[in-house]
Amino acid sequence: MLFHPTIMALLLWSAAAVAGVAVAAAYGWTILMEWNPASGSARQLVLERRTYLVSTLMAVVLWGEVLSLWLFVYNADAMAVMFVGAMCAVGSLNADPYGFPALIAKIALFFLAVVWLQVNRADNQGWDYPLVRVKYALLLILVPAVVLSAGLQYAYFSGLRADVLTSCCSKLFEVDREGVGADMSSLAPMPALVLLYGGLGLTLLLSVWTWRRPVLSAALAPVAAAVFVAVMVSVVSVVSTYVYAQPQHHCPFCLLKPEYGYVGYALYLPLFVGTALAVSSWPVHHFRRAASLAQAAPAMTRSMAWVAAACYVAVAVVCTWIIAASELYYFR
Amino acid sequence: MNHFFARHLYLVDFTVASLGRRRGRNLGLFAVYVLLVFVLASVSLMTHGLRREAQAILESSPEIVVQRMIAGRNDPVPTGAVAAITGIRGVRAVQGRLWGYYYDAGMRANYTLMVPPDRPVESGAVVIGGGIARLRQLDTGDIVHFMAPDGRIVRFTVSGTLDSASELVSADLVLMNEGDFRAFFGFPADRFTDVVASVRNPREVGTVASKIALALPEARVVTRADMLRTYEALFDWRGGMVAVVLSGAVLAFVILAWDKAAGLSADERREIGVLKAIGWETSDVIAVKFWEGALVSLLAFLAGYVLAYGHVFYFSGALFEPALKGWAILYPRFRLVPEINGQQVATIFFFTVVPYTLATIFPIWRAATIDPDTVMR
Repeated sequence: MLFHPTIMALLLWSAAAVAGVAVAAAYGWTILMEWNPASGSARQLVLERRTYLVSTLMAVVLWGEVLSLWLFVYNADAMAVMFVGAMCAVGSLNADPYGFPALIAKIALFFLAVVWLQVNRADNQGWDYPLVRVKYALLLILVPAVVLSAGLQYAYFSGLRADVLTSCCSKLFEVDREGVGADMSSLAPMPALVLLYGGLGLTLLLSVWTWRRPVLSAALAPVAAAVFVAVMVSVVSVVSTYVYAQPQHHCPFCLLKPEYGYVGYALYLPLFVGTALAVSSWPVHHFRRAASLAQAAPAMTRSMAWVAAACYVAVAVVCTWIIAASELYYFR
Repeated sequence: MNHFFARHLYLVDFTVASLGRRRGRNLGLFAVYVLLVFVLASVSLMTHGLRREAQAILESSPEIVVQRMIAGRNDPVPTGAVAAITGIRGVRAVQGRLWGYYYDAGMRANYTLMVPPDRPVESGAVVIGGGIARLRQLDTGDIVHFMAPDGRIVRFTVSGTLDSASELVSADLVLMNEGDFRAFFGFPADRFTDVVASVRNPREVGTVASKIALALPEARVVTRADMLRTYEALFDWRGGMVAVVLSGAVLAFVILAWDKAAGLSADERREIGVLKAIGWETSDVIAVKFWEGALVSLLAFLAGYVLAYGHVFYFSGALFEPALKGWAILYPRFRLVPEINGQQVATIFFFTVVPYTLATIFPIWRAATIDPDTVMR
């Protein structure tokens, strides 16, 4: 099903992204091998100039990847009408075995991209290119991630057939079935809500503390990663049921549909941004050891913690609003 | 944070002034950019509008259509099938339909002759669609002659025309009563063209359809969802084909953008040299060049999209009509319902702004790393 405008746009983009990271990696490799800030040679000057090309190229590629994650999910939802049995993005992603791996690769790439972009931003604050080696070592991890994501996406789209029968979200997230989806849905409402608000409260508290004492980012990052999983579990098991006002409907993708006021975007956007910033605050703060970042790195960590805190508040507000406005009552 | 915004605000201010100084240089690129967005957006808005129209029509169409197949070809359905389908649990209503095509050799157009289920038509009278009324210049009270398959000339009085709101489905329609229809075509009295069924619970449509297929093995059962899926795939495919055809234009645009960004005038090189000599960083020059690209992109995208919107919704997409709508003598007159969809905008964005941005990175970097000493000497 490659002759679909959005699929063509996504494939065009991923091909461009692979070409972009390949060029960046080739330059990055020479910089990694030959970098010597103490030298005043013409070669070092050329390398210093190249760092701007690589940074710019990577920034564009990674921002494009962030945008393409959104378009991928939106398109999966919009394509549901073309597959027998599909009601939302779950059906479209299930229509081919590479659907969910492609989505997971894109989400993983989103987090890696934000970490790299933040490290790059920190590097730009120092006058002596303090993080060049770290940045380019990280770049070599990003390259296979971008290629893998593009490959899985191509495998998914090229394998899609309009005549396959697929199963919708009510099957994947059915409590009585086996699998991750069913395990997530089977959590009872009370523990799920405790997990949700406990997790959000903890990260909020840690974000505020990190804002005051940036060194605490070492605790914030792993907690934020764990709370991301916890919040997703709670969304599947309880928050989604409040949106649909149906205790059996647990789909995290139907939340993105227009009939539910696109509430999923209001929920996932701050959750993803908050988590990505909280996680990357740790490596950024770690680099305060570079002399030229002694001031800038903690300041950056502070501002990231502040934005992350605001994002967690937004997630909590959206969840509370969903529960308050729902016609479903678990507790009376 | 404030420092970040203030820096970019000043950079944007500088970029706007710099663009203003070199209006002519960017005009050619801007025009091509607008044209590309216009073409792609027109195709996208039009396919989306047509798809919407098809969905709206299918929403009021029957949930299940049963046809009879003999040797892989359609054949009239025996009237007994109505009773057989009515007996299936979950079915709410069943109705046999009578309709067929009539080729008007004089006008070289095909009409759809139909017996309306909910609108009685007198014997010897017909109600005609807007397309036929225009084509044959007919009005209520006029006489119209059709030639029956056996060579007889049959005379009908036009008792009314169908309103134009439904023209997409009714342009070529001729409504007549059952007796006239059967007599005109010599249609057997114990047959229907096809049978339609509605189902009580929409979730059971699939189950009911498979029960009908079991009860009537010679039948082909088509559900509304099947038709929707087919339309969806068809319009996406048409849009995709046009996009493939236009990919050459996108490529040419990318080459033009690269070329424009790479060909700095002596003035611009001197300007960058002076800026760097007075303390601008390479990253500042890159930021200015990026803002330049972003402003041109934004303006071109907006202008192209607005033009496409006007073209599709106010001028009926005159340039792409034949490719996307299809063609017929009796083509319905209809105006698409204006709608902008986020996915479509993002798709066009990925087809135009993203390749432009990528194509200009290398030239921008080359310009920004100019040695001030070399250019000013």
